[in-house]
Amino acid sequence: MDEALLRGLTPGVLGVLVRRGADFAAAEDAVQDALVEALRVWPEDPPRDPKGWLVTVAWRKFLDASRADTARRRREDRVEEEPAPGPVAEVDDTLRLYFLCAHPSLSPASAVALTLRAVGGLTTRQIARAYLVPEATMAQRISRAKRTVSGVRLDRPGDVATVLRVLYLVFNEGYSGDVDLAAEAIRLTRQLAARVDHPEVAGLLALMLLHHARRAARTTPDGALVPLAEQDRSRWDTSAIAEGVAVLQGALARDRLGEFQAQAAVAALHADAPTAGETDWVQIVEWYDELLRLTDSPVVGLNRAVAVGEADGPHAGLAALADVDAAVPRRTAAAAYLHERAGDRATAARLYAEAARAASNLAERDHLTRQAARLNTAVGKDGRP
Amino acid sequence: MGRTTPEERDTMAKYLLLKHYRGAPEAVNNVPMDRWTPEEVSAHIQYMNDFAAALEKTGEFVDGQALAPEGTWVRYDGEGRPPVTDGPFAEAKDLIAGWMVIDVDSYERAVELAGELSAAPGAGGRPIHEWLELRPFYGVAPTVTE
Repeated sequence: MDEALLRGLTPGVLGVLVRRGADFAAAEDAVQDALVEALRVWPEDPPRDPKGWLVTVAWRKFLDASRADTARRRREDRVEEEPAPGPVAEVDDTLRLYFLCAHPSLSPASAVALTLRAVGGLTTRQIARAYLVPEATMAQRISRAKRTVSGVRLDRPGDVATVLRVLYLVFNEGYSGDVDLAAEAIRLTRQLAARVDHPEVAGLLALMLLHHARRAARTTPDGALVPLAEQDRSRWDTSAIAEGVAVLQGALARDRLGEFQAQAAVAALHADAPTAGETDWVQIVEWYDELLRLTDSPVVGLNRAVAVGEADGPHAGLAALADVDAAVPRRTAAAAYLHERAGDRATAARLYAEAARAASNLAERDHLTRQAARLNTAVGKDGRP
Repeated sequence: MGRTTPEERDTMAKYLLLKHYRGAPEAVNNVPMDRWTPEEVSAHIQYMNDFAAALEKTGEFVDGQALAPEGTWVRYDGEGRPPVTDGPFAEAKDLIAGWMVIDVDSYERAVELAGELSAAPGAGGRPIHEWLELRPFYGVAPTVTE
């Protein structure tokens, strides 16, 4: 069974139910039930019309649930009078769902979970596994999120930036459990890009493709991080890079620069360098300057300082780093890197060890500890302190 | 009363293996990690991953997590007031580094596994002989008591 096909149909099916008068929360539950049933039944008995099958089953689930509900609340008649199933014009329900699931009244974690379920068609169990929380916890998070947006009308246009933030969060979660969230984020962003003519949507899609292209080279088989400069570039996915670059060029041609396009441009410049030594750092610094104008983010300032270190030498990089807020994550690691390039290995080792203690994930902590270990061992062998 | 029922004997028991940054008795091979060679660091991480993977295969692994070294103390400060926070305390005597929860047949098996985990290689590729704290979970009260 093609699970991607199944998931791709999800938002459309949900849209049909909502247009037939089901409220969003109940419709979403019904679609989820239908998906679970499809996963069970389709491998043995694949339907000829998958979407029609899902609509029929979801509608039946919805009616069943409503009847059970209305037996208590005496609302049965109203539900029974809803229009009968039939072909409905495909207005863009999917797009409305994206906006609803990323609604600003939701916390980022809730928006992510609701998007993955209602737009992405993942089951609660899959989402729970991907985020390493119990299934009951994830079910509660999703049902609270649905209550939060239950009063929001689906026909109001939303802010595409909120949707992009949610998709970006999903992408950065990467891979854990049996669902590849990075690939899922790309699928959802691609689906969005097909519906919205917005250069930042294209920019985010390009950014994801260009980073995803490096995935095989980013870690060793035992899970250790490999820094960009040391990655085996022959393992980068050239077709993903080509697509990312093409999408980015299309976006940049529109001349409405945004944060994601600028970040993608940096990634494209890295992708374009046959070796780390041939990286066009001068142009990368220019893109970070653009990014600073767009966002004024201290993280961008940090990345810019590292790029300046490559373009103009480590001392220039350290000078640029001095302007970056000391509380920015990874600042100490960047300082360690620049000090090593400047030849001060003892300071670099001390800073790497300090950065390891402040790391926010194990892979990074282990990587930084290895850097400190490498320098400390080398210092010891040279007979220096 | 006082007898162990067959149900209790046959039930798996959960144990918490606690690893400390500070507070445990001193390990035999006590060189800090950033003074090891990168290969020794890798060997150590590999050992820990292999250990967890092996426990998953035997059906004894429940959970394992590592904690960042710096934390905060928090307490209630009365109606309508935000909680008081304090720390981190650099001089704290006891600092948990992480845990592993195992579900095993017996106390003896739990001790055996803790010993194996404590043998993880450190500086010079030699075992660290780190002290790990082994704490039993409270079980559920048996349904059949007589």
